[in-house]
Amino acid sequence: MCTVCGCGGHSVEDQFRAHLAKQGQAPAAPLAVLAPHPAPKPTAPKTPAPAPAPVDGSHAACTHDLHFGQGPAGTEVPGMTQARLIEIETDILSKNNSFAARNRAALAALKAFSVNLVSSPGSGKTTLLCATIRALGAQPLAVIEGDQQTSNDADRIRETGAAAVQVNTGKGCHLDGNMVEQALARLDLGAGALLFIENVGNLVCPAAFDLGEDAKVAILSVTEGEDKPLKYPDMFAASRLAILNKIDLAPFCDVNLDTYEANLKRVNPEIEVIRVSARTGEGMELWLDWLRRGLAAKAA
Amino acid sequence: MHEMSIAEGIRTVLEDAAKANDFSKITRVRLEIGAFAGVERAALDFAFEVVMRGSVAEGAALEILDLPGRALCYDCAVEVEITDRLAPCPHCGGGRLLVQGGDEMRIKDLEVL
Repeated sequence: MCTVCGCGGHSVEDQFRAHLAKQGQAPAAPLAVLAPHPAPKPTAPKTPAPAPAPVDGSHAACTHDLHFGQGPAGTEVPGMTQARLIEIETDILSKNNSFAARNRAALAALKAFSVNLVSSPGSGKTTLLCATIRALGAQPLAVIEGDQQTSNDADRIRETGAAAVQVNTGKGCHLDGNMVEQALARLDLGAGALLFIENVGNLVCPAAFDLGEDAKVAILSVTEGEDKPLKYPDMFAASRLAILNKIDLAPFCDVNLDTYEANLKRVNPEIEVIRVSARTGEGMELWLDWLRRGLAAKAA
Repeated sequence: MHEMSIAEGIRTVLEDAAKANDFSKITRVRLEIGAFAGVERAALDFAFEVVMRGSVAEGAALEILDLPGRALCYDCAVEVEITDRLAPCPHCGGGRLLVQGGDEMRIKDLEVL
């Protein structure tokens, strides 16, 4: 049988016969043909024939010669598959985005300002948060703490008197919209509150998952190296603000803070940068002002 | 390994589409992935095969269509196509580019039975 269009007989012999005909040879002996086959092509002489050879009628409609070398055989054969094509044009993370949209609407209704704090582990997120909470005093706020394991961070936040929910992702490398929705349900967030979502320490995956926050804030400590924005550009590109933390350690780390900032701007020309030391309090006022401006914008 | 989460996102969308469009098997899935979507192709291939087991898309072929990265150059104010986030502007060589597109992650279409 012809393997492209299915015409002709069904046996290997048929194919061999067709092959011989193509080569201009007749079968030396009768073959054991298992299925009836149209009359074989006349044997073509080695020298050009004066008259064109009659066309094998069974192949009249088969133009498979034209298909050689074009794509895998069989894919263009009608009737081979009942497959139909369905256009769906759906965002892969649409489920996550719908959770994020619900969170965003709930926070907007409260006129609450929410930030998604993203960084590598050990950049000082929790220390910065504790210092921020103490400095903000009576400002209503709550914290969602994301980690793979332990409630250490939520415990540290609760010591400041703030409400905190620990979300342990288990094996997960990031928080997602659903986790934040469930955490929000456990927090009694008041109108005009600040919500801090401390993501899992990871400079890669949290960039892709919208939680419904107003802004991503990337925290980068001076001990990490000036090239981190270049090495992990997605995270810094997705962030509105970068906090350059632990600047009290800069003199001991042989780093240039201007290089940090230049690299951040190279990845994201619109990113705002605040230099902070959560330990000494340097720069904290700029960060607090940034938060208050965010809150004021939500209240407007 | 957020490709695993992405594959789970794909599975959710596919299972919903199977209910809505009444089909029982998916033989091919075509995705559109932007250059800056942060998706590693090999990791997604692996995650897709594993996550689709037992679903309507078990054994389905995964095809990924690349979408270009687009950025606005702050120096010459032209929208350009770039291949990586840190590439200079192909027009003026400037280094200050604001990414405008290329973070897409979409399921374009499905071949179903």
